[in-house]
Amino acid sequence: MAVFVIRRLMQSLIVLAATAALVFLGVFAIGDPGEMLIPPDATPAERAQVMAALGLDRPLPVQFVTFLANILQGDFGRSFVFDQPSIALILGRLPATLELAFVALAIALVLGLPLGLLAGLRPRTATDEAIMTGSILGFSLPNFWQGMMLIMIFAVWLGWLPSTGRGPRGTILGIETSLASWEGIRHLILPATNLALFKLALVIRLTRTGVRETMPLDFVKFARAKGLTERRIVLVHVMKTIMIPLVTVIGMELGSLIAFAVVTETIFAWPGIGKLLIDSIMRLDRPVVVAYLLVVVAMFITLNFLVDVLYSILDPRIRLGRA
Amino acid sequence: MTAPLLDVRDLRTQFGTGVRAVKAVDGVSFTVDRGEILGLVGESGSGKSITGFSILGLIEPPGRIEGGRILFMGEDLVGAPREALRRIRGKRIAMIFQDPMMTLNPVLTIGTQMVEAVLAHDAVPRRTAVERARDALGLVGIPSPDERLKAYPHQFSGGMRQRVAIAIALLHRPDLVIADEPTTALDVTIQSQILYEVRRLADAFGMALVWISHDLGVVAGLADRVAVMYAGRIVETGTVDDVLDRPAHPYTRGLMDALPATAVPGDRLRPIPGMAPLPTSRPDGCPFRTRCFAATDACRAEPVVTVAAGHEWRCHHPIREPAA
Ligand SMILES: Nc1ncnc2c1ncn2[C@@H]1O[C@H](COP(=O)(O)OP(=O)(O)O)[C@@H](O)[C@H]1O
Ligand SMILES: [Mg+2]
Repeated sequence: MAVFVIRRLMQSLIVLAATAALVFLGVFAIGDPGEMLIPPDATPAERAQVMAALGLDRPLPVQFVTFLANILQGDFGRSFVFDQPSIALILGRLPATLELAFVALAIALVLGLPLGLLAGLRPRTATDEAIMTGSILGFSLPNFWQGMMLIMIFAVWLGWLPSTGRGPRGTILGIETSLASWEGIRHLILPATNLALFKLALVIRLTRTGVRETMPLDFVKFARAKGLTERRIVLVHVMKTIMIPLVTVIGMELGSLIAFAVVTETIFAWPGIGKLLIDSIMRLDRPVVVAYLLVVVAMFITLNFLVDVLYSILDPRIRLGRA
Repeated sequence: MTAPLLDVRDLRTQFGTGVRAVKAVDGVSFTVDRGEILGLVGESGSGKSITGFSILGLIEPPGRIEGGRILFMGEDLVGAPREALRRIRGKRIAMIFQDPMMTLNPVLTIGTQMVEAVLAHDAVPRRTAVERARDALGLVGIPSPDERLKAYPHQFSGGMRQRVAIAIALLHRPDLVIADEPTTALDVTIQSQILYEVRRLADAFGMALVWISHDLGVVAGLADRVAVMYAGRIVETGTVDDVLDRPAHPYTRGLMDALPATAVPGDRLRPIPGMAPLPTSRPDGCPFRTRCFAATDACRAEPVVTVAAGHEWRCHHPIREPAA
């Protein structure tokens, strides 16, 4: 296990370094921040002074080495726009995004598992057809369109829920969260639902497929032959079996939830890192974009790693195979 | 004479409906007495497993029991409520499956799978259930059962997994065990060990046993009585001596001639010509007539069952006439 962990950590560092290079080059291509930051009527001397102050006058390789060296010291650069360390900006906004992503994931699981089970246990019935049709809609309609429909229906027509911004926060177990008050929760419902819809469809399909594949297996029949209740067979034998692929996919998808949050946060003006990213791209605020990408990649890598560990805990064959 | 423990009458189990229905079990009748070992023999596809699953109420759609009765201790299991069937499964009637690699859930420990089987029928404390599971493992010859309870199925060999399955089947000391070719998937050396083990335990606990096999030789050494199955029906039943020494049905004869131990030494083995017909394309009348050396036009008609002192066969041209 220790060897496995170390090897995975090494891989992660290489991926991170490669990402840093790609990100740096990619961001360098998106335009000259000087254009945005320096007033058009500035003299060439003033302009040169600003560029020098920001380090933008030096050759590209030098900038890259400086960039890497700074990152290693935890310095991701200062936001041109906010004049704050970019990493601090990202970390300041991260809780809002994580809250959104985790609540969306919770919605996807809490609704998706039972719906998928129901559909899988009653294949080709009206229940199954209804659930699967819903999940096809969840899959195929564009996320931003779903978001706008949610706003139209629940905020504009029915007026039940607010459609923009994050509500008041309180603390639960030392974590600052919107879940502490009803008003906070009300603000969270629409964006979290929007972000959850795609994953909900995915969880439903994975669960249904898993149930359909597991039910005909011999061990299910043997479990019946032992006289177990159908309830125990489904909730223990079948669920534990399908949890393995499910956890893998969900773990990977948590990363993409954070990435997809860009769209949802923009539609619902949710003050998370996704919205910050879009704003920063518009203003060519290079250090923030760079810090965002590196943080998201680092999160992806960490999640993958955790999924692998969790997977090996769930599947005894893997745990022992690698020990 | 007391009533038999299990009395299956004209059991018919099919998959699908209408003209395309697969009649896997097509009018099977047999009885099993308390403590008796019945060998159910036939080529693969003859409906042996489906017969076993029907008894336990384990036929799932599109399959269903079309007709007949399964009287277990006088109570008809056909159409019995689900919960009533559940209470019988594993408690009064247990089953051992063919492939031990597939019968245990790979993601649950042996202990979990044994303890849940205890708790499914007996409201005992967990600790008691664990003790019973451990004792059952010891009984079937699994070394250091305490540790093995914490192990997962993949940590056991095929033979050991089958022993675990047997231990599970024996947890509640059932009245009847249905063993569906439990040695077919195992190495030859392991086969005889398992065979011996099951026989010993059935004897020790006075359990009745339905031993399903495609191998007449295995059944000859184990069973009290034999039922020979062909194309979803039982074509011959009787004591091992009756059926093996004086087979009446040409199919039984054919099975014996195909066996190394009973064939005349020096002769080549004579397999039955042709293949067992698919359930969808069985000949009318006697389904064996297309492969039978004794077949005549009379065989186009449905053969009736002839009974002679506990020996029964279903054939127009039995090999021997009943002893007067
Ligand atoms: N789920 C099923 N659907 C359709 N036909 C089936 C199904 N299970 C079994 N059968 C058919 O029932 C017949 C008897 O099968 P089975 O009892 O398993 O034979 P065996 O004597 O080898 O145990 C076979 O011809 C098989 O094709
Ligand atoms: Mg079979």
